[in-house]
Amino acid sequence: MPRERVASFDVEFVSVLGPDGSVDEALVPDASDDELREWYRTMRLSRRLDERAIALQRRGEIGSYAPATGQEAIQVGASAATRADDWFVPSFREQTAALALGGDPTAQFLYAMGREEGAEVPPDANALPPAVPVGSQTLHAVGVAWAERLRDRDRATVAYFGDGASSEGDVAEALNVAGVFDVGVVFVCQNNQYAISTPRRLQSRAQTLAQKAIGAGIDCVQVDGNDVLGSHVVVREALDRAREGHPTLVEALTYRRAMHTTSDDPSVYRSPEEEAEWARRDPISRFETYLRERGILDDETVQAIEADVEETIAAAVERAKAAPPPDPTDVFEHVYATVPPVLRAQAEAFREGRR
Amino acid sequence: MSELRLVEAVRETLAAELDRDDRVVVYGEDVGVDGGVFRATKGLRDAHPDRVFDVPLAESAIVGTGVGLAAAGMRPVPEVQFQAFLYQGFHQLVQHAARMRSRTRSTVACPMTIRTPYGGGVNAFELHSESYEAGFGHVPGLKVVVPSSPAAAAGLLRASVRDPDPVVFMEPTRLYRSTKEAVPEGPDYVLPLGEASVAESGEDVTVVAYGSLFRDAERAAAASDADVELIDLRTVSPLDVETVVASAKKTGRVVVVHEAPLTFGLGAEVAARVGEAALPYLEAPVERVAGFDVPYPMFAREDAYLPDSADVHAAIERVLAA
Repeated sequence: MPRERVASFDVEFVSVLGPDGSVDEALVPDASDDELREWYRTMRLSRRLDERAIALQRRGEIGSYAPATGQEAIQVGASAATRADDWFVPSFREQTAALALGGDPTAQFLYAMGREEGAEVPPDANALPPAVPVGSQTLHAVGVAWAERLRDRDRATVAYFGDGASSEGDVAEALNVAGVFDVGVVFVCQNNQYAISTPRRLQSRAQTLAQKAIGAGIDCVQVDGNDVLGSHVVVREALDRAREGHPTLVEALTYRRAMHTTSDDPSVYRSPEEEAEWARRDPISRFETYLRERGILDDETVQAIEADVEETIAAAVERAKAAPPPDPTDVFEHVYATVPPVLRAQAEAFREGRR
Repeated sequence: MSELRLVEAVRETLAAELDRDDRVVVYGEDVGVDGGVFRATKGLRDAHPDRVFDVPLAESAIVGTGVGLAAAGMRPVPEVQFQAFLYQGFHQLVQHAARMRSRTRSTVACPMTIRTPYGGGVNAFELHSESYEAGFGHVPGLKVVVPSSPAAAAGLLRASVRDPDPVVFMEPTRLYRSTKEAVPEGPDYVLPLGEASVAESGEDVTVVAYGSLFRDAERAAAASDADVELIDLRTVSPLDVETVVASAKKTGRVVVVHEAPLTFGLGAEVAARVGEAALPYLEAPVERVAGFDVPYPMFAREDAYLPDSADVHAAIERVLAA
């Protein structure tokens, strides 16, 4: 009996704007100067959101917060490639993408204040709320995409998760089911190198996380997730496939430059040298250098963007603080569409000061 | 009206709801070509090949994709082949299906009905006889429905499929083919969720049951000299406390019956509710007839595990003698 190769695979890596500023001109996405400035502005807006939220948490004005600092490029590059009616299925560190999709930063502060108001989905948005159990939301994305397929619509679904979540069974099931039904999901795995303290190498012996798609029979690609141009290119290609009804796993190599959440101290598990190396590869400074070299940004436009970002975040903080205080009796109202008698009795007792 | 077995009532109702509402999607392991291991979905694929699917063997995916289908406007009605395998999707049920509405202040909901065969008495493999209704019932945001007859299955399933919130619909395997009865037809035959049924009115003692054990309770009531008021809970959660308490006040004696383990079971909840609201009316302690606090045994020993009508009859006699 022969021994023969019955299948073979490879994983492509894409980088357009390198950490050293080098550019693959053939791959530069077709985006206007205004669009590129908007991408830059959104990245700065998200970075500033993180800074303000961390400061507010330190002052005890909000609860725990999970910064996206360092991961702005993949989220902006991916979001800028979507259509307005595409679906957004986030984990809990996708505030950059939410902002890029037109979300109000006030919601981020409300959520960090422990208020469900921050997770409300506006009626015109095709989006799901933040999902805390890592990886679990990837299955929802498959269901959403399946629903779009059943209705013969070409909306794509973008699902975010991380390197830690790649170890979860739900992610394996989601990739597998997406492959079997051939539905239009773009799985964006932000490999930010750490699941709280656990490094990437302890999640899997696989050489890449992208190759987890191979076992599910679906397309995959690895990209420099700190390169907004490269991220945009690969996600746009994946979205094109999604509109044809085919899933893709994109592994975006990035780095969580801040803490897991404000409750975490990364100095326990990683070195200042490592952090400095990734600071050098920061997605925002890299993109700014690129835009300045091409005359798309200058000191004046950068200052204008900074002022605008500052004002936008300050206004969002004020709106969140000025929101009417939470009505605790609301908790009874959103369990079922109609409050059942057993729950109504508890609500009435609570209003009367009994339990 | 046509004479149907319970499994046929489920099938006819699914067929009618698939016809009525193009948002309804029926899927699960072996539900398509095979028609389900109990044949509950037999033939449905013929009329609706696009909305009746076989899926990979992955229960978390069955529940989790349902959350997404529902969020995107569909009405998923997945089958989980046996209730014990719903444990593999339990986290999707608890973390997402049950919480999507509260998480988003009702801006996203999860109208999904998970059908799953439950319960013992059919000589099945290990982990094919579970009754975890109390566990599902302990999750705020879920509804848990357990029919006890073909007609109840049709009316309750129709209500579940149309309900705006997630429902775990537990079908008693022991009753799938045991009896036929006349089942009302048509889109208006709906039995409301959250309402117990007073199946037989009586003055002496209240027997509360649901699912397959309701049939044992019925036999015990028929064999008793007492005037038994027989309540079929139908919906385990949200519990119809009002009907149970009203009956307890009338009879002063209550027996609760289920095949799930005794401790932390539905009987404990019913007894507590009766104690809170009807204690001055009680002539006897509330009696619970339930499974033992042991893992459901393999079938050679399941007769020892399962309560039967003689156990219910004995409990009726005890509360009457108190």
